[in-house]
Amino acid sequence: MSSNAVITKASPLDVLQRWLPKLVLAPSMVIVLVGFYGYIGWTFLLSFTNSRFMPSYNFVGLQQYARLWDNDRWWVASQNLLVFGGLFIAISLIIGVFLAVLLDQRIRREGFIRTIFLYPMALSMIVTGTAWKWLLNPGLGLDKLLRDWGWEGFRFDWLVDPDRVVYCLVMAAVWQSSGFVMALFLAGLRSVDQSIIRAAQVDGASLPSIYLRIVLPSLGPVFFSALMILAHIAIKSFDLVASMTAGGPGYASDLPAMFMYAHTFTRGQMGLGAASAMLMLGAVLAILVPYLYSELRGKRHE
Amino acid sequence: MNDVSVAQRRSSDVLLPPGEGGAKRRMRAVSLSRLAIHTTLVLACAVYLVPLLVMLLTSFKTPDDIRSGNLLSIPDVFTLIGWVKAWDGVGGYFWNSVKITIPAVLISTLLGALNGYVLAMWRFRGSQLFFGLLLFGCFLPFQVILLPASFTLGQLGLANTTEGLVLVHVVYGLAFTTLFFRNFYVSIPEALVRAARLDGAGFFTIFGRILLPMSVPIIMVCLIWQFTQIWNDFLFGVVFASGDTQPITVALNNLVNTSTGAKEYNVDMAAAMIAGLPTLLVYILAGKYFLRGLTAGSVKG
Repeated sequence: MSSNAVITKASPLDVLQRWLPKLVLAPSMVIVLVGFYGYIGWTFLLSFTNSRFMPSYNFVGLQQYARLWDNDRWWVASQNLLVFGGLFIAISLIIGVFLAVLLDQRIRREGFIRTIFLYPMALSMIVTGTAWKWLLNPGLGLDKLLRDWGWEGFRFDWLVDPDRVVYCLVMAAVWQSSGFVMALFLAGLRSVDQSIIRAAQVDGASLPSIYLRIVLPSLGPVFFSALMILAHIAIKSFDLVASMTAGGPGYASDLPAMFMYAHTFTRGQMGLGAASAMLMLGAVLAILVPYLYSELRGKRHE
Repeated sequence: MNDVSVAQRRSSDVLLPPGEGGAKRRMRAVSLSRLAIHTTLVLACAVYLVPLLVMLLTSFKTPDDIRSGNLLSIPDVFTLIGWVKAWDGVGGYFWNSVKITIPAVLISTLLGALNGYVLAMWRFRGSQLFFGLLLFGCFLPFQVILLPASFTLGQLGLANTTEGLVLVHVVYGLAFTTLFFRNFYVSIPEALVRAARLDGAGFFTIFGRILLPMSVPIIMVCLIWQFTQIWNDFLFGVVFASGDTQPITVALNNLVNTSTGAKEYNVDMAAAMIAGLPTLLVYILAGKYFLRGLTAGSVKG
């Protein structure tokens, strides 16, 4: 059959069939181009204006970024993100890996135990924050529990201590996400070639050294994925702060996401809020680009 | 933390190569380290369960009981007053969440399935590029789109409406739902679709007759992922809804963080349980799919 014949025979229905895939994808393409990239551009634009309660297009150059630079609260929020993010990621990884290795030892009720480690991940950060706010309540929470149990001098008021309140956020976030790290690594451990482990055992290597020297190093990609997801959770953390501390006491537990929300939607500092949102995007990109780069490079090697 | 290091040290004895000598001593070492592993796991389970247990215990206490007892004390009398008051406070918002979540989950899943189908089976020039652009949406910090999105909702007359929230959740859920289906369909042999095309089957026939019936697992993953994401959302709820249309997460946060009157922790905890129960229930009933959704975005190829 010549291609000519096909064209002459093409009925409107065939043409429609040929265009259907593109037609079906079209709404999503519009959504992505406008709702993702267009809106990012729009926010970018707003960050160069002096918009307050309403958007205005009075361009003031980099003034909003300069104001952020001089803003004490923004520095507190950024430093908190480093402390919170660093501790949250490190502790979640350590606990997650440790639990995964323990669960990998042919535990009989593994499925049941896994369910327990992972259930906090199903909860909203608002629920988690509410629960931990109560657990860490100075006066009635852990504080009182340990005193009731006989530890007379025990005091625990980190939740209202400006220097320590960030650690409260870390505790709740670790409780919520470490089970997820466990699940990721358990899946990774299951994919490790068992014959390598057995060979190392025959050579007389002890189990911890097998895990530390052979198994875990081979899980580099899982580490990387977990690291990136946790970092992403940390940067976006907003609900947890909102429900646990509302950024307080004062703004001691502020995070960039909270700063952005407060300035944009309650304090009428839209330009400043937009600038802070752009910096958050920058932070995500700083993590994402190396990740994607290594993913793509890894694929080329295969 | 102490148990942790003990367990690690003990487990060094475990699983030595089955040599010839000292088998008995080794057996004892093995069972000791097994015991250490199990003890550590049980303790860890307790730590993970305590917050839930405390929430439940507190929710059944009276305010006086809360002040005289402690986090883990058993209620003097189990009372449902906290739950009743909590439902009075957040019950209406619970239904708001239902009204937002169900349509948003269904629409975003359907769109994701269609998108994934096209991106996997009907590639055209630029479709890969589009997929890349879409994937970035999985990592987008939503702060960067909040302002334009709220202007747009205002323009459309959807500010502070349930429909508006549904729209926002559909749009920003698209990246994940498409990713799920695209990665699932990519693993299905294209020959299957090509054969059906030669037989004259059209775009939707192939989708409905061939692909959809084998998509049940990924549909489950997607539905559960979207359900937990949207039910648990706070950011969109607090920005795009107000008053009567707020979802339960926002209502819970308002309830817990208002400083008027005496704090009723039993009500707070009951309300938190009400907000958490739907996703918890889904997780318990369909944990397998929940886990697969969590890992699909991260260990995908």
